[in-house]
Amino acid sequence: MHVPDGFLDAPTSIATGAVAVAGVGLALRGARRELDDRTAPMAGLVATFVFAAQMINFPVGAGTSGHLLGGALAAVLVGPWSAVLCISVVLLVQALLMADGGITALGTNVTLMALVGVWVGWGVFVLARRLLPRRTSMVVPAAAIGALVSVPAAATVFALLFAVGGIAPVDPGKVLAAMVTWHVVIGIGEAIVTGLVVASVVATRPDLVRGALPALEKRELEIRSPAR
Amino acid sequence: MKQRTFLALGLLVCLLVAGVASYYASSHPDGLEYVAEQTGFLDSAEDSAASDSPLAGYSTDGVDDARLSGGLAGAAGVVVMLLLSTGLFWTLRRRGHPQDAEDHADSEDHTDAEDHADGRS
Repeated sequence: MHVPDGFLDAPTSIATGAVAVAGVGLALRGARRELDDRTAPMAGLVATFVFAAQMINFPVGAGTSGHLLGGALAAVLVGPWSAVLCISVVLLVQALLMADGGITALGTNVTLMALVGVWVGWGVFVLARRLLPRRTSMVVPAAAIGALVSVPAAATVFALLFAVGGIAPVDPGKVLAAMVTWHVVIGIGEAIVTGLVVASVVATRPDLVRGALPALEKRELEIRSPAR
Repeated sequence: MKQRTFLALGLLVCLLVAGVASYYASSHPDGLEYVAEQTGFLDSAEDSAASDSPLAGYSTDGVDDARLSGGLAGAAGVVVMLLLSTGLFWTLRRRGHPQDAEDHADSEDHTDAEDHADGRS
């Protein structure tokens, strides 16, 4: 979902740039609470993994493809503040090094994928976690549901931005309908990849999964020994 | 699994995904590009100012073989990502007493590489 330069007009790009700066600024403060000697290297690995995974476009039919956005995945693994920074670094490296996503569109891409993707993914994850039984294994479906919703949410925000500041004279309603339809399908891929990755980490090192902390605390009270 | 092992395995996965598996990724346009084409605003896209980058478009300048060119670009991206993001998170992290977090987070006078070697459990 990398927006190239030219799709949105200057005022819209400046506005999303300001939103992105504010969001990343808050995340730089918030992430301190999530990061310590143990989780900081993990956050670096998660950001790197999202970069790698975004290179894998999977076909979703009719000559279209999608790739992981990774906002929900990163949030569940390392916490939402750090996740915002993870995805922002990915987008920065992609824009500057790979020319993937425009440079004037960097604020738009950070807003869509790092802010909307992460916070919607995390919000839905927390909600789902609350409704599901409090077990570490339940973090997996909760993460998948968060991932599923985060993709069409980001697509919707793009369509709204396009309605406000799209350069081309195209019916915004059509763009919204098409964006949401395709990104619901891509969201299923996002949910599968997110579920698989979270499941692998929960199986090997549940203590490194931020979203599993409440379930782990409960387990530590009931059963013999903590995970580490 | 020890954390050091976990991180090393994770890095290996990243290198394999970006350096090898990426060759087999779908080359169809992604959701946004497809919608832009269908609804007719794809033409408003402009070339990025970074399109002269030696790694632009996930291919390495001067390497003709598509598999090698994409693999090298992916692997280079993984290395840059790891250094940049781990450096950032290591600088931001809380250390020692919680109340020290604010003071330390702004200071940049520590050595990343050394901290690194010791910090992993």
